[in-house]
Amino acid sequence: MAAPAASHGVSVEVNGEQVELEVPARRLLVHFLRDDLGLTGTHVGCDTGNCGACTVHLNGEPVKSCMLLAVQADGARIATVEGLAADGELTPLQRSFNEHHALQCGYCTPGMLMSATALLERIPRPSEEEVRLALQGNICRCTGYVNIVEAVVAAGGAA
Amino acid sequence: MTTVTEQPARTLEKGYVGQSIPRKEDKRLVQGLGTFFDDVRRHGMGYVHFVRSPYAHAKIVSIDVSRALELDGVYGTITGDEVAISTDPFFEMSVEPGGNIKDYALAVGRVRHMGEPVAAVCAATRELARDAAELVEVSYDPLPVLVEAEESLKDEVVLHDDAGSNVVWSGVFEWGDVDQALAEADHVIRIERLHFNRFSSTPLECAGALVEYDRGTGEWTLHCNHQMPGVGAIWMAPSLRVGIDKLRFVTQDIGGAFGNKICLHPQYVVLCLLARKLGRPVQWTEWRTDQHTANAHGNERTFLDVEVAVKADGEMTGFKVRALDDCGAFPRYEPLGCIIWAQVTPGMYGWRNIRVDFTQVCTNKSPVSPNRGYSRMQHLWLTERIVDIVAAELGLDPVEVRKKNYVKAEQMPYETPNGCVYDSGDYAAALDLVLDLIDHGSIEERRQEAASRGKLLGFGIGSTLDSGTNNFGQSTLLNPDLQFSGNNEAASVKLDIFGEVVVTLGTVPQGQGHETTAAQVVADILGCSPDQVNVRRGHDTWFNSHAGFSGTYASQFAFTGLGAVKGAAELLREEMVQLAAAVLQAPVEAIELSDGMARIKDGPEEAALPFMALGAIVNANNAFLPPDFNPTLNHRYVCRPYFGMVDTEKKTGQLTLTYATQIHAAVVEVDPDTGEVEIVDYAAVDDCGVRINPQIVEGQVHGATAHAIGAALSEEFVYDEEGTLLTSNFYDYHVPHAMDMPPLKTGAMESPSPVAPLGAKGMGEGGGGGIHCICAAIQDALATVGKPIVATSCNPPHRVWAMLRDPESSRAGVAVVSK
Repeated sequence: MAAPAASHGVSVEVNGEQVELEVPARRLLVHFLRDDLGLTGTHVGCDTGNCGACTVHLNGEPVKSCMLLAVQADGARIATVEGLAADGELTPLQRSFNEHHALQCGYCTPGMLMSATALLERIPRPSEEEVRLALQGNICRCTGYVNIVEAVVAAGGAA
Repeated sequence: MTTVTEQPARTLEKGYVGQSIPRKEDKRLVQGLGTFFDDVRRHGMGYVHFVRSPYAHAKIVSIDVSRALELDGVYGTITGDEVAISTDPFFEMSVEPGGNIKDYALAVGRVRHMGEPVAAVCAATRELARDAAELVEVSYDPLPVLVEAEESLKDEVVLHDDAGSNVVWSGVFEWGDVDQALAEADHVIRIERLHFNRFSSTPLECAGALVEYDRGTGEWTLHCNHQMPGVGAIWMAPSLRVGIDKLRFVTQDIGGAFGNKICLHPQYVVLCLLARKLGRPVQWTEWRTDQHTANAHGNERTFLDVEVAVKADGEMTGFKVRALDDCGAFPRYEPLGCIIWAQVTPGMYGWRNIRVDFTQVCTNKSPVSPNRGYSRMQHLWLTERIVDIVAAELGLDPVEVRKKNYVKAEQMPYETPNGCVYDSGDYAAALDLVLDLIDHGSIEERRQEAASRGKLLGFGIGSTLDSGTNNFGQSTLLNPDLQFSGNNEAASVKLDIFGEVVVTLGTVPQGQGHETTAAQVVADILGCSPDQVNVRRGHDTWFNSHAGFSGTYASQFAFTGLGAVKGAAELLREEMVQLAAAVLQAPVEAIELSDGMARIKDGPEEAALPFMALGAIVNANNAFLPPDFNPTLNHRYVCRPYFGMVDTEKKTGQLTLTYATQIHAAVVEVDPDTGEVEIVDYAAVDDCGVRINPQIVEGQVHGATAHAIGAALSEEFVYDEEGTLLTSNFYDYHVPHAMDMPPLKTGAMESPSPVAPLGAKGMGEGGGGGIHCICAAIQDALATVGKPIVATSCNPPHRVWAMLRDPESSRAGVAVVSK
């Protein structure tokens, strides 16, 4: 039996730009984004898929990019935190995070923003309960979530 | 220019200080444009993976790296034998026996905890490094394992042959006369055993560094997330047999630390050796499972044979206890935890007679490191447990017993039995505020309503102090030969050519918002907007902005960090005023700085110089300045607080300078069928003196509360009898997520510190108030079902369920002897 291919071509759209690269078959999507594309805003906080710091959008849905191989994203449309303020203009959610002091160290923030952005696309004016439910896959060790939840609820109200 | 003085206490008039201005750091962080150490890349860099011990205790028979080296793309390896040849063991802070322990960067000859690094591999990719690490063959000969401190004490198995005992340090602290207090007491309450469980704050960003070695100069640059580089370098340089000038620490954004990034010197030394050996930059990013297994746990502490003296009216006059601290396999930052608790010896209470017989031992578990609330939190948990157990056993009201025994506002500043000075605060008023927030008057009504739903409702208080600004002289109470005392922090402030105000900090922030609060202070002093003040991100030893104790730890930025910023900004201001006076031909008293301009007070509008003009004159257009006037517009200041000396005989002294107050209160509902605890109401009041930025202060309260809730209900490093960690990642080690956190009500008071440069007290650590109030609330909830005693700090459902099923066994160790 022939050995499986050690690398594969991957073609993805990332933040509106088409990218084609040959990547090791085993490379995680998060390391593809960070190490191969230099999009270091997406973070790694655990090795078990619990923390959500690596959350990106795959075809519009929030996913944990440490739980996918880069090759699994072949043909997909990916959005990362760097794509939110596309023209340097912060989104209402990003501004709300600043106004409500919803971040301290900022390490979980990209994942929080991607999960919350997906929520706001689905439910434009979420309740506090809906926000907490949507963010339960994202761990923050600094804020106790209080201001994060407030920021997302406020951004929904402002939308 | 460097100035070192003792600072008089002085507060600024309110300007930007005191306002919740949104943070300067956020703009980059919300766009994913922060720079964390793992974001730094260098051409040709290699990735490092550690080979770790699967055993908690074993002899290393052999290590064979040949198969790893054969793999394409592997750059090299390093083992403990090489480390033993090319480095010296890290210095130990303890006297004998702990002082004789030999701690190297990699295991040498023996492993002492699961996950201990025994070798490291460097390769072209992360994946390859990991694969190659699996090809390193290590042969072990397992040894008997110690996982309980009380077992370690027997010395039947000894971890460190060089020490000859598992005891790191032991000593008796005695202030007042506790035996007399017990003899004169109307009630003596005895508690046989209380146990503070092992957990840590587990910052979301794991540890790591990218290390470059310059062969020409012999200097290393560490792009890293060490939170206390000043002390890190003191450990590393002698071990590497170089001067401290050969180590450059650079930090940028750091993804949380909470004390857990203080003891990174062993791994960093391995990286330094590999970078030198392989002639290329090397990078290591710790995996989460490795972080949990083998980096930084909080101190685990058992309190034995507690005896408390209580008068008939509920006044508590003293207590004694044997404290047994478990520091894991290596002391590292220890035995400092054996003294740090003494900063808050009587907690918030008026106890004058205290004896603590303190012993620290090694076990075959992960080494500990400072963890938010370091060592004081464990001790405050003891004082709060004592108060609530005394109240429950004597039928006293936990609110009244606290008010009766709290140090009173009119006693401030209050000297504790061991010579610490509580600088300001009104504990009873803070308690009243928290009781209002939680609507304490309705508790009995809510208890009945919960009972109608089959739930047991309980109410608890946790009252704590966050002692800030360490006196490192306290280390001499453990080891009189140590050459540490006092504290210091540095900052520099300059005015650049186009009028830019640039600040560098020696502190190493990890989310505390130092760029913002430093800018607020500088803006008020120089008369400009915080937007005009560029506070450089992170720490860089090449910028000369650091001092020997630089770092962010021990709740001290508000004192030493901002004190240094204030001092440097005032020096700059003085020069700017002199310069403006010279240019505008006016006396210095007539010059004011405001709105980014230097102008003559009440003078004509055109008699004004923008900061840009001042910066340009000195830096680029200075020929007309008189020869005897040489402004630099670039000032460094070292804030060195005054402590006085500690008395090593009596074990007294000013161990720390400021005491922020926290009072937390929780209402919980316990499900009697499952032991599950739900927090249904929660309030926290913090008094940290002047709040530079109230929103940031409140954020710290929220965060400390979340840590405490996790520690009280789910977060515990659990080991089996073979020393295997059973909670080695976020799957098994449950940290609170958004659904777990109750709504938090917060309140604030401001009792300015009379000793701090800005009247502001450090407050970031909190005192673990959430742990204490939840333990108290669970005990209160269970009072009607056999009245068990909460004897552990972490109470997940199985422990609560055990108390419900068998309350008697928890009560077996509690006795009341009344006259």
